[in-house]
Amino acid sequence: MKRTSTIVALLFAALALAAVPARAALNVVAATQDLASIAQEVGGDKIKVTALAKGYQDPHFVEAKPSFVLTLNKADLLIVVGRDLEIGWLPPLITQSRNARIQPGAAGYLDPSTSAKILELPTGQLTRAMGDVHPLGNPHYWLDPENGKRVAQAIAEKLSAMDAANAPYYRQREQDFEARVTAAIQRWKSQMAPYKGLKVITYHRSWANFADAFGLDVVGYVEPKPGIPPTPQHTLDVINAMKAQHIKIIIVEPYFDSKTPNSIASNTGGKVLVLPPSVGGVPEASDYFKLFDYTIGLLTSAIKDTGAK
Amino acid sequence: MSAALGIGAPAFAQTPTSAAPQPQDLAALRATIDQLRQQLDTLQQKVTALESAAGQAPAAPGQPPAQAAGQPQPPAATVEVPQGAAGAGGPGGALPVYGNTSALSKIFNPDIAVIGNFVGAAGTNAVAPLPALRLNEAEVSYQAVVDPYARADFFLSASPEGLEIEEGFLTLPTLPGGLLMKVGKMKAQFGKVNTLHSHNTPWVDTPLPMANLLGGDEGLNDSGLSVSKLIMNPALFLEATGEVYNGDNALFKSYKRSDLTYVGRLRGYRDLTEGTNLDLGTSVAYGHNDASPDSTTRVIGVDATFRYRPLRRAIYRRFIGRTELFWSRRGDPVADVSAFGAYVSGEYQFAQRWFSGARVDWSDRATDASLQDRSGSLLLTYWPSEFSQVRGQYRRTLYADGPVANEFLFQFLFSIGAHGAHVF
Repeated sequence: MKRTSTIVALLFAALALAAVPARAALNVVAATQDLASIAQEVGGDKIKVTALAKGYQDPHFVEAKPSFVLTLNKADLLIVVGRDLEIGWLPPLITQSRNARIQPGAAGYLDPSTSAKILELPTGQLTRAMGDVHPLGNPHYWLDPENGKRVAQAIAEKLSAMDAANAPYYRQREQDFEARVTAAIQRWKSQMAPYKGLKVITYHRSWANFADAFGLDVVGYVEPKPGIPPTPQHTLDVINAMKAQHIKIIIVEPYFDSKTPNSIASNTGGKVLVLPPSVGGVPEASDYFKLFDYTIGLLTSAIKDTGAK
Repeated sequence: MSAALGIGAPAFAQTPTSAAPQPQDLAALRATIDQLRQQLDTLQQKVTALESAAGQAPAAPGQPPAQAAGQPQPPAATVEVPQGAAGAGGPGGALPVYGNTSALSKIFNPDIAVIGNFVGAAGTNAVAPLPALRLNEAEVSYQAVVDPYARADFFLSASPEGLEIEEGFLTLPTLPGGLLMKVGKMKAQFGKVNTLHSHNTPWVDTPLPMANLLGGDEGLNDSGLSVSKLIMNPALFLEATGEVYNGDNALFKSYKRSDLTYVGRLRGYRDLTEGTNLDLGTSVAYGHNDASPDSTTRVIGVDATFRYRPLRRAIYRRFIGRTELFWSRRGDPVADVSAFGAYVSGEYQFAQRWFSGARVDWSDRATDASLQDRSGSLLLTYWPSEFSQVRGQYRRTLYADGPVANEFLFQFLFSIGAHGAHVF
């Protein structure tokens, strides 16, 4: 009895040991590397940014590791993708973070999807018979650079509210970022202009905003339904559709198995393109600009190679 | 205001109808206009006064709850209509209101999910037989944020034994001092398996030490209070938890109010590489037992979990190796009993929807350590989707006091409703 009470007492003593970490620059934690890259553009050297999910990871299936709890515990600001993308892993991390600043609804919680252009907002009744559908719309909205600007605006506003002394700095950096994105959009759009309306197949529904921004027409998916692995019948349907419509390009995210896409490609004379949907998906896509430079470069050269129209 | 104008307007409208306006008519007209002006001014003042009074009133019901004390509120209080989203079907103005109370109740409804756990068994087991076919449990969960300071989680379990509150607790994640507090009925933070709901374990059944040393398949689950804290250090994630329970549960017995159950846990975690990590813990549980009012039971547990999940292939490959060791000392007026039990288990995911697994477990009986049960299992699991699962388990059990049991267990798990997050 005595020994046990000592153990319990020791545990409570351990609980009482509180270390309050000192802070200088605003500590920003972003759910993905895309958001981290944009936040860095806006925050410059006034913030310290950490991303939770890596760009080469499926953002739907991240493990809620306790090491993330430590990262979130020290955060002044948490930026989430939103639209339920992180529903499977982020909520328990936030609860366990013991950080009042970043709880949903608190001042240090930012969901920039509320000011972004969201596609595929479902209408009518939703059931899981449709697969793992996102009831709040397609969460891969960062793949439209116009949305990148909107995210930057939201971050600049939030940072200015949290750190009023540096508000002009954030505003200036945000405007500079917007100007550079606007210039880059012109460049990217002119690169993609010859292929406007080009029909493509993608593995998952990650590319809706990208296709919308750059004039691609996504006519089918390797997955029969979101989150449901390929089935033989559906694969056959995709092959037939590609043959009938002369589709040559299959876009696959780096975290999916390329076996089925490769077999579709070999049956149709098409080409499998492993395109990162996120910053950090491949080493070349090291920031938000390079993500589009890389994907559009790879895409346009593949289109030329296959003679797709 | 409109009534006042309505009274004034006809008088004004009638005046111009009289033919050939006379100077006295004009004077009368001016007088009427002046009168109306005065009336309007008074009304305007009244409206302004009313408006400013309304501005100081407490927040309207539709407004989001205030931030936690001391949190600066962002200046934007209005609902932002996303740029470009309105055309795409995004929020284009006010939310639909079907009638005040009903609309509010819909908006603030908790996340609801139901999980069905159907278990079947074939083969022979003379000691602890399971029914051939049985819907073991229908677990209903209600989860929502209570207010800026708390969230609540309820898990009601309906089984052939009846309806019970499996868990129902309040979590306070924003306490000062970095404390995380839970109050209610909950699974004690003792080891790993004890904290899992039956549909979250990697097996159809639970390992022998749970039944023999922790009071049954349900484990240590009671009403109480739990406080945990992160111990900050540069090397690893370290979490200390202290819990106090009422003391009447499957393992402990409370004869008087002061006979409480105490649980303590220290958990360390470290990423080894980006795809591998190690989770270690030690737990202790202490309370009075049913042998006599003066007898106490103390259980000490040690657990280790190794996980491998390559980030680039996270949906196709993973391996989890886990073990838990339990030492029980049960006080008894006749003679104290010291018993030991353990399990070692591994699960390997070899395709997007397929998992294989194996487990060995053995345990003394808490009341008689000379009796030791041993068992070994092989498992195969198939996931049609994230929301359903089919599992088969071959189990061979060598009971200390009965014939060898060779069984095939199978399980269908299916979940409807809100997409619950998977706790690590």
